[in-house]
Amino acid sequence: MMHTADMLKVFAPYREDAIVIPGRGGRYWTDLTTCPSLDVPLGDPAMGGHAGFALGVALAQPGRKVILFDSEGDILMSLGMLVTIAEQQPANFYHFLIDNGCYATTGGQPVPNADNIAYDMIARGAGYPRAFAFDELEQFSTHLPDILGKPGPVFVALKVAAEIENAPIGRRRRWQTRTRDQVVKDFRAELGLGS
Amino acid sequence: MSDAAATALSPETVLGEMKKNGVTHVVWLPDSETNWLYLLMKAEPSLRLVGVSREGHACSIAAGLSVAGARPLILIQNTGMMESGDSLRGWLLGLNIPVVLMVGYRGWTRHGVNQDSAATYTERFLMAFGINYYLVENDADAPRISIAFEEAERTKRPVVVLVGDEYHGFNR
Repeated sequence: MMHTADMLKVFAPYREDAIVIPGRGGRYWTDLTTCPSLDVPLGDPAMGGHAGFALGVALAQPGRKVILFDSEGDILMSLGMLVTIAEQQPANFYHFLIDNGCYATTGGQPVPNADNIAYDMIARGAGYPRAFAFDELEQFSTHLPDILGKPGPVFVALKVAAEIENAPIGRRRRWQTRTRDQVVKDFRAELGLGS
Repeated sequence: MSDAAATALSPETVLGEMKKNGVTHVVWLPDSETNWLYLLMKAEPSLRLVGVSREGHACSIAAGLSVAGARPLILIQNTGMMESGDSLRGWLLGLNIPVVLMVGYRGWTRHGVNQDSAATYTERFLMAFGINYYLVENDADAPRISIAFEEAERTKRPVVVLVGDEYHGFNR
C-alpha cells in the first residue's frame, strides 16, 4: 500500500503543463506543485462533484491534459458520472482515484463494501477504454509514463494508506493557501480568460 | 395551427435563445418536455450535449465548463433540481458560476391548483436558495431567457428559467 504524498511525488515530475485538480490530495499537492496557477484546489465544494468539475474543465480546454485526483468516497456518490465521462471520451482526461477505503476526515469509518470493490472494473464497465489499479508505489511508478503518454480517458485506482483525522474540524491544520475565489481567478488568468 | 400550438414555447425558439446567448454545452437530463428539443440540439453543430444520469452532476460539470472558459446551459426538470440541492449550493453558488438552468416545471398550472408536490415546492426551493427565476410559458415569454443569461453574467450567479409548458411544450 502506498501513501498519498508519495504517490503525488511520483506523479509530480510528469505533470508538465497539465491542469491539476488535486481533490482530497490537495493538502500534499500544495507542497509539491511547481505551477499553482494551473492547479484547481477547491477543497470540497460539495462531495461527489470533483469528477464532474474535472470533466467540465477537460471539455472546455481540450488542448490541455486535465489530471484529477478523485477519491473513492466522492466517486461512490457519483458512479453515474463515470458513464458520462466515458460517453464524452475526453482524450485529455486522466482520472486518478485515491482509495483509502474509508471516510478519513470523519474518523475513518469504512466506505460501503470497502474491501471488496474494484473501481477499475467499474470504470471499465462504464466504458473507460483504459483502466488500471495499483496498490504498490513501485508498480504505479513503472506504469505512469505509459498511462500519461496515451490518450484518455483513463482511470487509475490507487490503494493508499488511510490517514485518519479525528480532531474537530476547527482545530485541523488548514492546508489551503488561497481562497476558492483566488484559485479560480488565478486559473482563469493563466488560461487567458476574463475574470 | 391549433390554439395550443400557437401558445406553446417552441423548441426552435429555445434553441434560438441558446445560440443567441453563445451556449457551447448543454448539460442535461431528459424530462417529459424535451424530446423534440433534444433532436434539434443534437443536430446543432455549435452545441455539445453532455448527458448526465443525475441532475446534481450537471452542476459540477457546468462549474468546470464555466471556470475553464465555456458557456454551459443546464437543462433539467424541477424534480432533479430539488435533488441537486447540495451541488447547487457548493458548485454553482459557492463558485459564483454564471449559468442559466432551464428547468421543466412539472406540475405547473396557471390557476394555482396543482396536484403534484413537485410544483408545490419548486419556487419555495428556489427562494430558500436565493436563486432568482423567470417563468416562461410560450414564445412570447422567450425574451426572458436572454434576460436570465444577462443576469447570470452580471451577478455571477445561477439563474433559473422555469419552463411552465408541460402539455404541449417540446414534444412532437
